[in-house]
Amino acid sequence: MLHTINKSPFSTDSLETCIRFLQPGDPVLFIEDGVYAVQQANRFSETLAGVMKNNPVYALGPDLDARGISNIVEGVSSIDYDGFVDLVVEHQVNSWL
Amino acid sequence: MGNENVKKIMHVMRQAPHGTIYTYEGLEMILIMAAYEQDLSLVFIGDGVYSLKKNQDTAGIGIKGFAKTFMALDGYDVEKLYVDRVSLEERGLGEEDLVVDVEVLESSEIGSLMKEQDVIIHH
Amino acid sequence: MKIGILLKEGPYNHQAADTAYKFAEAAIRKGHTVDAVFLYNDGVANVTKLMDPPQDDRHISSRWGQLHKEHGVEILACIAASKRRGICDDVLIEGSEITGLGNLTDIAIRNDRLLTFGD
Repeated sequence: MLHTINKSPFSTDSLETCIRFLQPGDPVLFIEDGVYAVQQANRFSETLAGVMKNNPVYALGPDLDARGISNIVEGVSSIDYDGFVDLVVEHQVNSWL
Repeated sequence: MGNENVKKIMHVMRQAPHGTIYTYEGLEMILIMAAYEQDLSLVFIGDGVYSLKKNQDTAGIGIKGFAKTFMALDGYDVEKLYVDRVSLEERGLGEEDLVVDVEVLESSEIGSLMKEQDVIIHH
Repeated sequence: MKIGILLKEGPYNHQAADTAYKFAEAAIRKGHTVDAVFLYNDGVANVTKLMDPPQDDRHISSRWGQLHKEHGVEILACIAASKRRGICDDVLIEGSEITGLGNLTDIAIRNDRLLTFGD
């Protein structure tokens, strides 16, 4: 199951909530303001490192670019909308609004 | 059992009632979907658990209350109501504070239920 | 693959309408079918032709209308949500329709995926 998160972790608890329900192997994709989670050396970097032990993590590249984020946490894959579509084709979707 | 034409559809209530319309309109969606004989479930996570709190009186704010509508779901054959234990406890609430009978589950149990779904809609 | 989209947020106020559109565009480009975009909550405001953004900004309702015209994507606004918010047949962009939640249920049943975009 693909989990998408579209909120900055600094404004809501979407990320922390989603993590509690994640199953090992489930991919996580950050979109919209969610992508602030993957900027290096922020308060959530450790949380993210924990997630990446068991789950692949992606961020939507156009959303990173739009927000001027180029220094993303190592191990996070930046994908475009085509990559988003590929993930959706592979998995059912759980959009954590 | 195992009818391929029946989809597993989970509605996840994550917002407090009244402050926004999401829970109320979510409930309207659930009531319609209930008529289609799909495998529906409702999960209350985070502030979503406040929707089920007893003794809500919305007369003073001029918005229609709907906590009682959750009690009517049984009549629509929507019987799978799950509440996330952590969300309930961190808000100082217990099952006795809720308007309906629910099944309180651990996050991991809800997580594996989520994994079985064909469709998940957050409200 | 057949994909349905549920869009729960209004245009401009939130990026949801843009992400949903970009996703639909990519899915179609990759050969998938986007069956329908169902508009709920404030999302119903996505289909009013009365919107008139500045010239250099995207025109969100036209974009949905085009998606219907070029790729047959059904653009559907929930009737109950529309009535609350003053969206009616008179203001609909060509290619969109007002319909019931039963239709959303059908979309959930007949598609391989139903994706939600919102706040």
